[in-house]
Amino acid sequence: MLFRSLFKSLLFGVPIGVTFLDSVGYVARVEGISMQPVLNPESQNKDYVFLSRWSVSDYQVNRGDIISLVSPKNPNQMIIKRVVALEGDVVSTLGYKNKYVRVPEGYCWVEGDHTGHTLDSNTFGPVSLGLISAKALYIVWPPDRWQSLEAKLPENRKPISLAV
Amino acid sequence: MSFRPYLGKASAVIGYVLQTACITHCIIEYVGDFVLCTGPSMEPTLETNNILFTEHITPRLQRLRRGDIITAKCPTDPKQNICKRITGLPGDKVKGYFPRGSQVVPRGHVWLEGDNSDNSKDSRMYGPVPQGLIRGRVVCRVWPLNKMSLLTEH
Repeated sequence: MLFRSLFKSLLFGVPIGVTFLDSVGYVARVEGISMQPVLNPESQNKDYVFLSRWSVSDYQVNRGDIISLVSPKNPNQMIIKRVVALEGDVVSTLGYKNKYVRVPEGYCWVEGDHTGHTLDSNTFGPVSLGLISAKALYIVWPPDRWQSLEAKLPENRKPISLAV
Repeated sequence: MSFRPYLGKASAVIGYVLQTACITHCIIEYVGDFVLCTGPSMEPTLETNNILFTEHITPRLQRLRRGDIITAKCPTDPKQNICKRITGLPGDKVKGYFPRGSQVVPRGHVWLEGDNSDNSKDSRMYGPVPQGLIRGRVVCRVWPLNKMSLLTEH
């Protein structure tokens, strides 16, 4: 009897929950230091961010957005980085095989804020927009870190030329 | 005039529609779906306007093999989908990506080519494709009915 009602509730709740997480958004813990100081400024306490799937449903990202994407090196891993350049922009790279890269159509250039401690486009090159999973909008935990994440670009990482 | 019974019935209907939509979403995302393929790049294996059944389980479990036909998001346009054959897994040596003569498929990527070599825009143009873009593996063709067949031979 109990099993049946439990089973029924699961059958009812799971598809709705999964669809909500896939379409609207979810909360995730940030690992690593690649986005310091914005995320995880003290390596002891990890930030939890709200990742919005709704914002990227049509792949409209802006320069400066913090996004989560499927790692090009490992499809089982999600990484969180900032979008520095969009298609058509020219970036000056930090340690990439070419000094200047023009971001191709359908791609973007992502970087971690913590230069030198980040695996990003400077390692694996421009990232296809199709790999973008969600946009990080807010830090939701711990409560003293509640804040809205702004889309801003560090001055020294602005693209040297923007697409028209 | 009382609206109560109508409100009850209306919310029940809305509930059913929502539930069905969510179950459909979960099936399409995680189990499999039917796909309409257009274009000549996979001839003669697939012809334009064929409807295929693709499953989404093996890509998620990383159990794709060389020779599988897969659907993926187009690397140069995330709103479009492509349907190609995997001809190279990570570590394989492939040839023909401009400007280099031959290269090794990097970790986490696959090399895609259409069966119709002369008329296919594939990895030979846009390079290795990250596995994160792969959506499903083609299992069989379901339309046209007289051409229904399993497409799993390599």
